[in-house]
Amino acid sequence: MLFLQTIYANLADWGPRLLDALWTSLALTVVAFCLAFLIGLIIEYLRTRRSALVRSIAKSYVVLARGVPVLVILYLLYFGLPGAGIILGAFAAGTLGLAIVYGAFLSEVFRAGLAVIAPGQREAALAVGLTPVQAFRLVLLPQAVRHMLAPLLVNLISLLKDSSICALIAVPELTLISRAIMSESFLPLHVFALTAGLYFVIAWSASLAVRAIERGMALEKGQSKPGKAAETLATQAI
Amino acid sequence: MNALLFERIFHALLSGAVVTVEVSIGALTMALLIGLVLATIEHLTVNRIVVVSIRIYVELLRNVPSLTFLFLLYFGLAATGVRLSSMTAAVVGLGMIGGAVLVDIFLAGFRSVPKGQSEAAAAIGLAPLMAFRLVILPQGLRLSLPPLGNYALGLVKDTSLVAAIAAPEVMFNARQIVNETFATAWVYCAAALLYLALTFVVGQMFALAERRLEY
Amino acid sequence: MPDNTLLTVQKLTKCYGKLAVLKDVSFALRRGERIALIGPSGSGKSTCLRAINFLDPPTSGEIRLDGQLVGRHQSGRQLTDAELAPQRAEIGMVFQHFHLWPHLDVRANVALQPKKVRGMSAAAAGELADELLAKVHLSHKAQEFPGRLSGGQQQRVAIARALAQRPKLLLFDEPTSALDPELVGEVLNVIKELAAEGRSMVLVTHEIAFAREVADRILFMDGGTVVEEGPARELLDRPKEPRLRRFLSSLSENRA
Repeated sequence: MLFLQTIYANLADWGPRLLDALWTSLALTVVAFCLAFLIGLIIEYLRTRRSALVRSIAKSYVVLARGVPVLVILYLLYFGLPGAGIILGAFAAGTLGLAIVYGAFLSEVFRAGLAVIAPGQREAALAVGLTPVQAFRLVLLPQAVRHMLAPLLVNLISLLKDSSICALIAVPELTLISRAIMSESFLPLHVFALTAGLYFVIAWSASLAVRAIERGMALEKGQSKPGKAAETLATQAI
Repeated sequence: MNALLFERIFHALLSGAVVTVEVSIGALTMALLIGLVLATIEHLTVNRIVVVSIRIYVELLRNVPSLTFLFLLYFGLAATGVRLSSMTAAVVGLGMIGGAVLVDIFLAGFRSVPKGQSEAAAAIGLAPLMAFRLVILPQGLRLSLPPLGNYALGLVKDTSLVAAIAAPEVMFNARQIVNETFATAWVYCAAALLYLALTFVVGQMFALAERRLEY
Repeated sequence: MPDNTLLTVQKLTKCYGKLAVLKDVSFALRRGERIALIGPSGSGKSTCLRAINFLDPPTSGEIRLDGQLVGRHQSGRQLTDAELAPQRAEIGMVFQHFHLWPHLDVRANVALQPKKVRGMSAAAAGELADELLAKVHLSHKAQEFPGRLSGGQQQRVAIARALAQRPKLLLFDEPTSALDPELVGEVLNVIKELAAEGRSMVLVTHEIAFAREVADRILFMDGGTVVEEGPARELLDRPKEPRLRRFLSSLSENRA
């Protein structure tokens, strides 16, 4: 009880600052996700090109972006790039770094989503004279989106969590600000519990949505339990 | 870049890599233990309270950033008088988070075993616990292997975060050496390569395990 | 005298590695003519059909539609799918497994091509779709999604979708092979009606009686080559090649 009282007593001071920082975290997450979505689409597109060179470039990108921690990429962008004369602000570096990494993740989501679609769908689209881009936009994507919704959301949640790493390149987001508050107040447990609570509320509501979507899709397919579990397995692969 | 500088960077990163591997193995072991035990309990028990407690643990830890949780553990506990060394906090923190992830992975694995399997086990007269140990567990673990491998890859990368609580792993040492030498791009690129090598090895190990366990 | 040839297929060859599934296949189709490709499975007839609109690009050989080279640049470079799109738009194709788009209702399946490829207004494309659905006797299913239709109905929608292209040529790739026997008739009837309108078609089929009725000419393929060709009735009633005789008698045995 005392614990909660202490938090409550400090809420007037901490609250606005943490909420401000939360907005920064959300902005980081949303901007990075949109960028990552684009990168992911491009990578997946390149991965299906005829040219072996283009394909291997796209594949190497995924291997690199998935094999290196976000923190390393953030450090390279924020501390390393100025050496090459490119100076990014902390927010820009954070967004870009997260987008680079999640672009690779999302390209995998797109691939898995597209793989579910029967191969004849694309053929039929090309056969009536749609261009590959039209076939993708009008025929493949609308079908894939349904399968990709849950894994996309899962990635969004984990992107929100990873946005905390931007604290380490001094983006004034939630985790950094709570650290700052901690060093003034000497109440680390209270501050971080509150911060963790904020993340939790957002991330958990999103996970509930993921579960609802998965359940809906399983019902729709009239799937038995094993199939449903397999789908859960797939979305947990991240 | 001269040879001396190269050697310094190399040594710093190598000793960091040793710590990274230690933290990874420690956290993975802890995560496997927690995950396997809790998943088994949740799979077998009919006690709602037990299930709900496990769910609370899993949901709490899966929906909070690793870094925030590490700060909570390292700085927060210290304020209550429990001083964890940065290495202990690193292993325990990542292990607890991993445990939560693995509960769900193992559970999904157990549930992916076709229903007929446990029916067949029951039909030959195996008690539920025996049926689980002899029939469901081995198959469920096999099915869990691919997401488990993905988790392990993520874990190796997440160990970079424990630099923030001063555990002397790759990124912590990299930062130190950058501050001394200003060879920023070199050092971080080398660190990136090091992580690539580590994740590659982990990936290969799991790929091998998957092939070995194919039936 | 005006050239009445619509489609020429010249020395079509398709190899997968060392395996040649099509060897020097040549034929020509006159405007309004219907050719059926028959033969045992694995004889290359489907590959041949799919090579015509370059869904399975041939290794060598030449396709011309209305004198225009299909699928290749003058230099011989194979066109990309984007470059191929306008040519494919002139060739309607009906697949064995229909490949209707499950996320669009029946009407939208038919209207998509005229709207997106030929730039028709949504209203005009919808009207065209209704008109064609009436033609395949499915007006009452316009608002349904493909997943709720029987196989025979789906295939008729697929035919309407191909007609919506206003194609110069229609390709049918075993249009009834995936159907339950009792649904074959409704699809064959629709194709017969189209034939009666004098449309140009190439059909791959296992239904010999249907081929006899609909096709002007039949090409019997085996082992990737055209073994025998001729006017439909003549070829079926007086087969010359032993392989064709064996093929036809094996079919009638299966029927019996």
